Amino acid sequence: MFRYYVKLGLTSIRKNPILSALMIAAIAVGIGACMTIINIYYVMGGNPIPNRSDVLYYVQVDNWDPNNAYDDPNEPPVQVTYIDGKALLDARKARRQVLSYKTGRVIEPQNEGERPFQVVSRATTADFFAMFDTPFLFGSGWDRAADDSEENVVVISREINERVFGGDNPVGKTLVMNGDPYRVMGVLDTWEPMPKFYDINNGAFDPPEEVYFPLSLAISKELYSWGNNSCWKPSGGGWAAYLQSECIWLQFWVELHGASEKQAYMGFLNAYVESQKALGRFPRPMNNRLSNVMQWMESQHVVVDDVNVLMGLSFLFLIVCLLNTIGLLLAKVARRTGDISLRRALGASRRAIFSQYIVEAGVIGFGGGILGIGMTWLGLQGILALYGEFEFMTRLVQMDWVVIFDAIGLAVVSALAAALYPTWRACAVHPANQLKAL
Amino acid sequence: MLEMQDISKVYRTDTVETHALREFSLIVGEGEFVSVMGPSGSGKTTFLNIAGLLEDFTSGTYELDGRNVAGLSDNERSKLRNEKIGFIFQSFNLIPELDVFDNVDVPLRYRGFDSKERRQRIERVLDIVGLGSRRKHLPSQLSGGQQQRVAIARALAGEPRFLLADEPTGNLDSHMAESVMELLEEIHGQGTTIIMVTHEPALAERAQRNIHVLDGRLSDGEADAHVTAQTA
Repeated sequence: MFRYYVKLGLTSIRKNPILSALMIAAIAVGIGACMTIINIYYVMGGNPIPNRSDVLYYVQVDNWDPNNAYDDPNEPPVQVTYIDGKALLDARKARRQVLSYKTGRVIEPQNEGERPFQVVSRATTADFFAMFDTPFLFGSGWDRAADDSEENVVVISREINERVFGGDNPVGKTLVMNGDPYRVMGVLDTWEPMPKFYDINNGAFDPPEEVYFPLSLAISKELYSWGNNSCWKPSGGGWAAYLQSECIWLQFWVELHGASEKQAYMGFLNAYVESQKALGRFPRPMNNRLSNVMQWMESQHVVVDDVNVLMGLSFLFLIVCLLNTIGLLLAKVARRTGDISLRRALGASRRAIFSQYIVEAGVIGFGGGILGIGMTWLGLQGILALYGEFEFMTRLVQMDWVVIFDAIGLAVVSALAAALYPTWRACAVHPANQLKAL
Repeated sequence: MLEMQDISKVYRTDTVETHALREFSLIVGEGEFVSVMGPSGSGKTTFLNIAGLLEDFTSGTYELDGRNVAGLSDNERSKLRNEKIGFIFQSFNLIPELDVFDNVDVPLRYRGFDSKERRQRIERVLDIVGLGSRRKHLPSQLSGGQQQRVAIARALAGEPRFLLADEPTGNLDSHMAESVMELLEEIHGQGTTIIMVTHEPALAERAQRNIHVLDGRLSDGEADAHVTAQTA
């Protein structure tokens, strides 16, 4: 009977094209507004590394000003100092650990006619690639020995490989950056974690870096951070003083499996802070944090409050559209009482009438969903037109299949919800009432 | 067999009670052709609606094919209606956006027949009413008489025991009315029980039995006439 009801639904749409078009349009507009915001919310708040997000922990220790918390009410700093990062890294108390920061390099292509160009890069440690499950097109990352020996090794993005090496396998070849030769260890395949969870506070929606090389090398070459740098007291002059300062500018992640490993690592952190307190550092009360990926993103409000408000408003707008749809559906039922009476007389039960009208609403909802996808696309293009100058927006306004299926699903569910009352009214039509008047 | 005993139907509003049927008793036997006459507002259509399970009654008992219909659920009533009763209406009541084939198909869909069974039944009844070649026509492409034939085909498709016709020729000219009456007589001749409401004495006379409804009641003795005839 489902196919029969779908056929009746389509017939009814053809019979009442204007009324049906209004209903489809009402649903589509509501879905378009809603899905535009949901899309942004989904991209902002999605799990960027679903298979490992529960074992990756961001580390925070509170080395901040004794008189003022880093952030209200009593939040520890969102990055670590070099002293702490290096100490925690060298302790190797987790299965894996990564200390990194964003910086910049200038690539000097060896091709004739190609001019040097600047790239955003990441100074990091060997575990970065395994911990964050980066896909490799060629080669792999470097090992810990390369970290220890400050080797000139590099991992590059697919785009850089295409630009500098024409897309060929460059493993073992030399890439010159700022006058220094680096041996290419690997090429990342397309990798766009969204949000860029491993460095949320330096552009959560920025694309990943184009070049990766050992942190130890960056330190020895005195490469300053291209990301946020915060200090609660003067850092002193020069690179060496900066490294010994209380300025925070690096991100530290550890890989821990299970509650016991997490507990053990927290114990280690507490002991570390206690040892630093004994040295006169860490004047604030103990306030160490271990946050997994989703906890970390939530605590850092990756999904900004404005988007939450917009989300609520868009759902309210959808409800208004659905109220309009309810009115239109009621009008449609009122026009079709004769048809309902006749079908009841010919043997349709109330359940059959309910099924017919609810399926018809589903068909209308499906139409609204299809049109709603177009509306969503328009909405996203509108946002892009307004905020396109921010690079991250171009990454936020992409539609994928999940969004498309969600739009249709939401439209159908919304239409079914809107149809409940009109359908109930349809079922209540008395079979004898309209037969004479038909 | 259709048997009503002391059926009353009262329509109530806050201020008014309208007695559409009062202690209405009637027995219609298997294979009978009964015509029902009476002035407007006498209760003919109410009787037909109750007989067709389209409407509840206020009091009395009604047995359709040996089954007491009081207290049946909506599903049971719908099923009984679909299986046992065919309706023919004065204004045909075809669904305008469906073609002839699909109009006849409507009650069969609710019966749950598979597509092959439905197709066979539809083709058979359309041949009976002489519209086998018009199955793809929309109602608006047919004459009034042809539309009523489609309605009759629709009523017959489920092979009902009872055919309830509410002024089936009321909207037709005399030529078409005659053609429809001949068709009903032919259907009756094949064993279907027919109850037909009409204002036309000449048509009523063509039934086996003619009953009169006045103020919601049968004229004296008419309810028993059939019983007497059957007994005799």
